Amino acid sequence: MTGTLFDKIWDRHVVNDLGDGFSLLFVDRHMINDMAGRGLLTLNKRDLPLNHPELTFAAADHTVATLVPPEFRPGRDDNPYAVNLRENAERHGFRLFDVDDPDFGIIHVVAAEQGLALPGTTIACGDSHTCTLGAVGAIAWGLGQSDIVHILATQTSIQHKPATMRIWIDGALPAHATAKDLILTLIGRLGVAGCTGHAVEFAGPVIEAASMEERFTICNMAVELGARFGVIAPDDTTCAYLSGRPEAPAGSAWDLAVADWRSLVTDDGAIFAAEYRMDASDVRPQVTWGINPAQTVAIEDAVPGAGTGMDESALATYRAALAYSGLDAGTRMDGVPVDIVFIGSCNNARLGDLRDAAAVLRGRKVATGVTAWVSPGSERVRREAEAEGLDRLFIEAGFGWGRSGCSMCAGAGNQMREIGTPGQRIVSTTNRNFVGRQGPGTRTHLVSPPMAAAAALAGRIVDVRTWS
Amino acid sequence: MTEPFTILRGKAVPLLRDNIDTDTISPGSAVPREGRGTTFSEHGSTSLADDLFGNWRYGPAGEPLPDFPLNQPRYQGASILLTGANFGCGSSRESAVWMLAAWGIRCVVAPSFAEIFAANCYANGLLPLPCSADTVSRLAAEAEGAAPGFVVDLARCELSISSGTTIAFPISAYRRRGLLAGLDDIELSLESRHEIASFVARERESRPWIYPYETSIRD
Ligand code: SF4
Repeated sequence: MTGTLFDKIWDRHVVNDLGDGFSLLFVDRHMINDMAGRGLLTLNKRDLPLNHPELTFAAADHTVATLVPPEFRPGRDDNPYAVNLRENAERHGFRLFDVDDPDFGIIHVVAAEQGLALPGTTIACGDSHTCTLGAVGAIAWGLGQSDIVHILATQTSIQHKPATMRIWIDGALPAHATAKDLILTLIGRLGVAGCTGHAVEFAGPVIEAASMEERFTICNMAVELGARFGVIAPDDTTCAYLSGRPEAPAGSAWDLAVADWRSLVTDDGAIFAAEYRMDASDVRPQVTWGINPAQTVAIEDAVPGAGTGMDESALATYRAALAYSGLDAGTRMDGVPVDIVFIGSCNNARLGDLRDAAAVLRGRKVATGVTAWVSPGSERVRREAEAEGLDRLFIEAGFGWGRSGCSMCAGAGNQMREIGTPGQRIVSTTNRNFVGRQGPGTRTHLVSPPMAAAAALAGRIVDVRTWS
Repeated sequence: MTEPFTILRGKAVPLLRDNIDTDTISPGSAVPREGRGTTFSEHGSTSLADDLFGNWRYGPAGEPLPDFPLNQPRYQGASILLTGANFGCGSSRESAVWMLAAWGIRCVVAPSFAEIFAANCYANGLLPLPCSADTVSRLAAEAEGAAPGFVVDLARCELSISSGTTIAFPISAYRRRGLLAGLDDIELSLESRHEIASFVARERESRPWIYPYETSIRD
């Protein structure tokens, strides 16, 4: 039987076939965050035990305070969301990466760097960016509170098997184009519903050459293509990344595991329901102009006009995007003024991202009037960056250097206080530019870490290639 | 346990935009309005219905914007939302569905839905009803004009309006069964506890490195 990588992992995890394309799937790792409070409350109200506490892991990443100096010790008691998670961890016996744990961080970053996310596993979390972890060759998906309760109570999830799609990326990324520019370009071409109903396998020479960090950045935004799942076949890069991680197998278990992981590939001749090919050689630094990630252009381009053939709904969305962003069709993106620059999130705040941004900043200063912040993807990333002196580079340039968490990504950091003010323009290394996401009335422009650093220096959106 | 969905009779409110994301439906940091601060809606604020579409619905001072359909008197009490493609994209926040339900919406008609949003709808007894963009536009025009009565009959998989139009809609048999009966998925899955336990036992044998932790299975 020839099969796709996705199908192989899926089929291994079917506990019951429920008919009509639905399966009861076993969940190997259930990650929960501080937005899971309702789900835990429901579980407790129904007096249901947590079925597999040893397969449940938690971090209060969304609401933790991050825009504070790193020497600040987060209060263990002043954040009700974190307190709630801690009480539930004690009650049910699951592992909590607490806000003052040295391994705390954004749950998708923590799951990877701790070696909790392994090839061939199923990973679920009440957060749509769980697809990030597909980069290790796992089936990882996001879901809502009701599905969280279901997993807590049964360690399984009722899921409809999606069709599979392969996105094959040929060529090589040019200098100054990053994995973020690649995935934004792809979303711009396919649209925010381009892969709805599909599990996407990213493959091809560019993916094979990509680092694990780049693969995380790419899979992170599979959901911005409409796909719940993004997956990349595990290879030597994956094994090298996982080797020695705290929760990864070791010794003879490692050898057994690697032997199994070698089989986790799409077989020659396997059929995908859809295929898309692109060449990465012409990818240019991207910046979003609108209110969804498909509204992206290359930095030297301008806000596009209304497309021909837009129906009433599409046109209404386009007009709403222009009105909200305060930009006109034809406005060149290079030169749009900036109020806040944020480097953070599960998309783009790993060590390599911070190195790339710091390299642009070296010896330069943030423009007057710009507030710039870094929140590393995890506390481990923060320590590693500090060991290399990256924090000094950021601080000397005029950036704030904070603790790890979701921070300004979704406007929930420090219990919804880490947000911009109405009208402010935020250049952000995050993954969503939705209306009001970083605070009511704020406008978000998604970019790569080097582009964010350059914008902070220039005080406007600028082409990083002219700054480095 | 959700309320069974059989026949829905009511008014429809049009909001024809594509790609309406769940941050828009259920704003994380909602516009502060009189008497309340900002809340993160996923935890269930006390004003689910008021916060729905908060960033589109209110002006900078928190005043309701009269042009926004949900603020218009003629659409008050509507139970069907007519909207654009890829409705509910973005964040998995189930509060998007809770807010729609709190406002009174029981059925969302759109050319397509984001997958997590659709799953959240079913979990709360709401019907995401797919039909072509042309049809949604036509229904919206009728809803704006004569404000006809809409009927969604899940047993027959038909949407009809009092002006005479009837449209058949597709839905998976599995989802339809769940909505019609108002089933509790958790109760049903707990009946499979022995299958789940033997799955774990089998997998621990064949791929032990995935389950290095001391098990604490409870049934
Ligand atoms: S960093 Fe942003 S996208 Fe990632 S989990 Fe946190 S809020 Fe979601």
